[in-house]
Amino acid sequence: MNRLPRWLLIALAVGPTAGLAAFYVWPFVTLVVEAVDATVLADTFGRAATWEVVWFTLWQAVASTVVTIAVGLAPAYVLARHDFRGRTVIVGLLTAMFVLPTVVMGAAFLALLPDSLDRTVWAVIGAHVVFNLAVVVRVVGSLWEHLPTDMEAAAATLGASRWKVATQISWPLVRPAVTAAATIVFLFTFTSYGVIRILGAPGTRTIEVEVWRRATQLGDIGGAAVLALLQLAVLIVIVSWSTIAQRRHAQAIGLVPTSARRRPRTVGERRFVTLVAGAVLLIAAAPLVALVVRSFSTPTGWSTAAWNDLGRTEIRPGIRIGIDPVEAIVNSLTNAAWATAFAVVIGALASLAIVGAGRAGRALDGGLMLPLATSAVTIGFGMLITFDTAPVDWRASWWLVPVGHALIAVPFVVRTCVGVLRSVDPAMGDAAATLGASPVRAWRATLVPYLWRPLAVGSVLAAAISLGEFGATSFISRSGGETMPIAIEQLLGRTGSILQAQGFALATLLAATTVILVVIVERLQSPVTGRAQR
Amino acid sequence: MRLRATPPRGNSSLRRIGAVATTVALVAAACGSDDNSAATSTDVAATARPITLVTYDSFPEADTSLNDALAEFSADTGIEVEVLVAGDTGTMLSKASLTAGNPEGDVMWGVDNTLLSRAIADEVFEPYLASPIADGSVEIAPEFLDLVPNGEATPVDYGDVCVNYDIGWFAERELEPPTSFADLVDPAYAGQLVVQNPATSSPGLAFLLATIHEYGPEGWQDYWSQLGANGVEVVDGWTEAYYERFTWAGGGPTPMVVSYGSSPPAEVIFADPPRDDAPTGVIEDTCFRQVEFAGVLRGTDAPDAARQLIDFLVSDRFQQELALNLFVYPTNQAVELPQEFFDFAVVPEISRSIDPAVIDAERSTWIDEWTELVLG
Repeated sequence: MNRLPRWLLIALAVGPTAGLAAFYVWPFVTLVVEAVDATVLADTFGRAATWEVVWFTLWQAVASTVVTIAVGLAPAYVLARHDFRGRTVIVGLLTAMFVLPTVVMGAAFLALLPDSLDRTVWAVIGAHVVFNLAVVVRVVGSLWEHLPTDMEAAAATLGASRWKVATQISWPLVRPAVTAAATIVFLFTFTSYGVIRILGAPGTRTIEVEVWRRATQLGDIGGAAVLALLQLAVLIVIVSWSTIAQRRHAQAIGLVPTSARRRPRTVGERRFVTLVAGAVLLIAAAPLVALVVRSFSTPTGWSTAAWNDLGRTEIRPGIRIGIDPVEAIVNSLTNAAWATAFAVVIGALASLAIVGAGRAGRALDGGLMLPLATSAVTIGFGMLITFDTAPVDWRASWWLVPVGHALIAVPFVVRTCVGVLRSVDPAMGDAAATLGASPVRAWRATLVPYLWRPLAVGSVLAAAISLGEFGATSFISRSGGETMPIAIEQLLGRTGSILQAQGFALATLLAATTVILVVIVERLQSPVTGRAQR
Repeated sequence: MRLRATPPRGNSSLRRIGAVATTVALVAAACGSDDNSAATSTDVAATARPITLVTYDSFPEADTSLNDALAEFSADTGIEVEVLVAGDTGTMLSKASLTAGNPEGDVMWGVDNTLLSRAIADEVFEPYLASPIADGSVEIAPEFLDLVPNGEATPVDYGDVCVNYDIGWFAERELEPPTSFADLVDPAYAGQLVVQNPATSSPGLAFLLATIHEYGPEGWQDYWSQLGANGVEVVDGWTEAYYERFTWAGGGPTPMVVSYGSSPPAEVIFADPPRDDAPTGVIEDTCFRQVEFAGVLRGTDAPDAARQLIDFLVSDRFQQELALNLFVYPTNQAVELPQEFFDFAVVPEISRSIDPAVIDAERSTWIDEWTELVLG
């Protein structure tokens, strides 16, 4: 392949690299260097509350993961192996749940559960399970779908019972996928933030929530930084362990390219499929329905008051709670527009640089993925304490929140684009060169045109991520600049029935917008994997 | 997450990144300095934009006589005032600490004596004592001035944080309302009290301090365990507790709430239909003295306009509106209280207070301990 000139690669890479250095690396270094010292370490680790929070974070993540896997295996099997009416609806619904902003998921569960269960650990685990069901269905299901059925058939022919086939043949085959799914679910629930801010009580705090509380409520910046780093350390250990484990258990299985889906045949099979499909439909749809219903309900009956007076959050004449939902919608849209613009420009430049350059490209790729591996809370926190002194006192700058969002969205834009660009046949470039085109000309003619479509997908994803982003925003947004997720959290934190209904109305709007955006993405391209952590 | 976590390596590229970052920072700083240049210009330019009064969420944004007074100030001076509600006092101050030097507004109303030391330590304010107080044209009690020996901020109002109860609710059940801290842990009053989280709310902190005053630095923890066992409810802010949970004012389920000694007259004044007796009472034994301050936020680009507003906030015109709108007493001694206040307000014989230096030293420890104990 023709090498692109060095100046072009540098020109492409300079923007993304600078952005990453300024808005990710630097805040991160500040977090470690400025906020943490021996006293803070001793204080934080010496406090019993720290270990209670760590313990809670750990056990709720393990519990959420175990339940998610247990609940998810049957639907994964049914959706992978069987064809039936409504299958696509269920798959779509599960995907929609998975991409919902965390705050909306929290709101939906708040709407669904009776008051006695609100703000308990059971509500939290329930929301985590529904949220991550799609991970199990997708990760395990996609393997199951392509597993050859002949081994199972052979075992059955030889007289093995259904149970024996399941435990001795199927389970060992799908186990690596289950481990992978469990790791993902664990990581998402371990770093859970938005769901807990809505559903958790003061006693049910994850490390993420405690970071927020210490930093923004108690003013204990050092303690918050220690916790953020502690969480990061745990994440690194788990990711390394799972990488090693997956490599060790990797086994060669002859996967079949075509799906072996078939309609259920026996009565038992039909019953099983109906039962599982019905249950999944119920589990996934109920929270969303509850969300809409609660936005119309008041203690005195049905009412559209919350929707009609969305902009009026008064408790008494003249006394407002300082949150204007209509303004929040405007803020969210503005932020999303800018975040998308930033993410698309940076993502496009980065993708071209990554595909064009060899090892340096891979380094840039890895670097741009780092914000995903760090929690959004840590990113927002780092930005908050870094950009607070002249000449980089950017706390009041309108672009700080969109930049934070873009940081989280860029990895998705890059993943979408790089995949497509890598699949462009290099022979086309060679042909152009043979016909006399310079390397740059050949690159412009054969590679760049393939960028636009994935970029369109990436921009829609970026918009969806920005609209739902809560973790970083909860640190860097200012009074009067609240976004929809922030407004939802604040409204649902109040007990007034009209404020609650307004919170649910706003969450309904955000849910609908996100689902529409994701449908557009799915229409534009093949499924996108992964989710922004918010 | 499942991605390689390898930072970009290599000496030369690292150095290049550093250089690039510096350039970007410089360019961005140059762009950003547009905003800052306004700071160096005179206040003539600054008055062209409204100044922002950051305040707690029970401060009315519009439609009250308090806002009318602010409108008169604007008419007289040409300085428009926008009210920015930033949550209960604790939340408001946390935000102010994180934005110190680059504030969300120009003037802050409502930091109280329980939190003032934190505001000073975090350099939230540019020290300013209202000039009418400094030159003696407005007189305030010396005990309030003692709280700001270096003119860090301006004392604007005071009141007492006390447990309020719904008289009708208790009468209906033929239950005597409690009269002391000790009564509140009596099982007869189980599940009847809503308080505010001291980490986010200033009346909540004042109530915690009152219990510490009563039971001492070693005894309050035990008292709060008993309160917890007796079903005390905790919410984030006063507005939520009073207007959303309290049986009388919020139609909620809880007949006792941590509020102000001046809440009962407010209930008479705003009663609809009118009434001539207070529907709520105050447990005098629980009262804690609270003094609130207003200050110029450090980093404002309209310091002169901000100071003018502070001066106005202690003027007779503004101070006379405080009692009926914020249910607090004016610090300006020339202002007379409405008749209802003499009839229905409770000014306890002894209001509890704790030395500000002690509060400053112990506050975060106490809040941490309280959080573990009560919210677990």
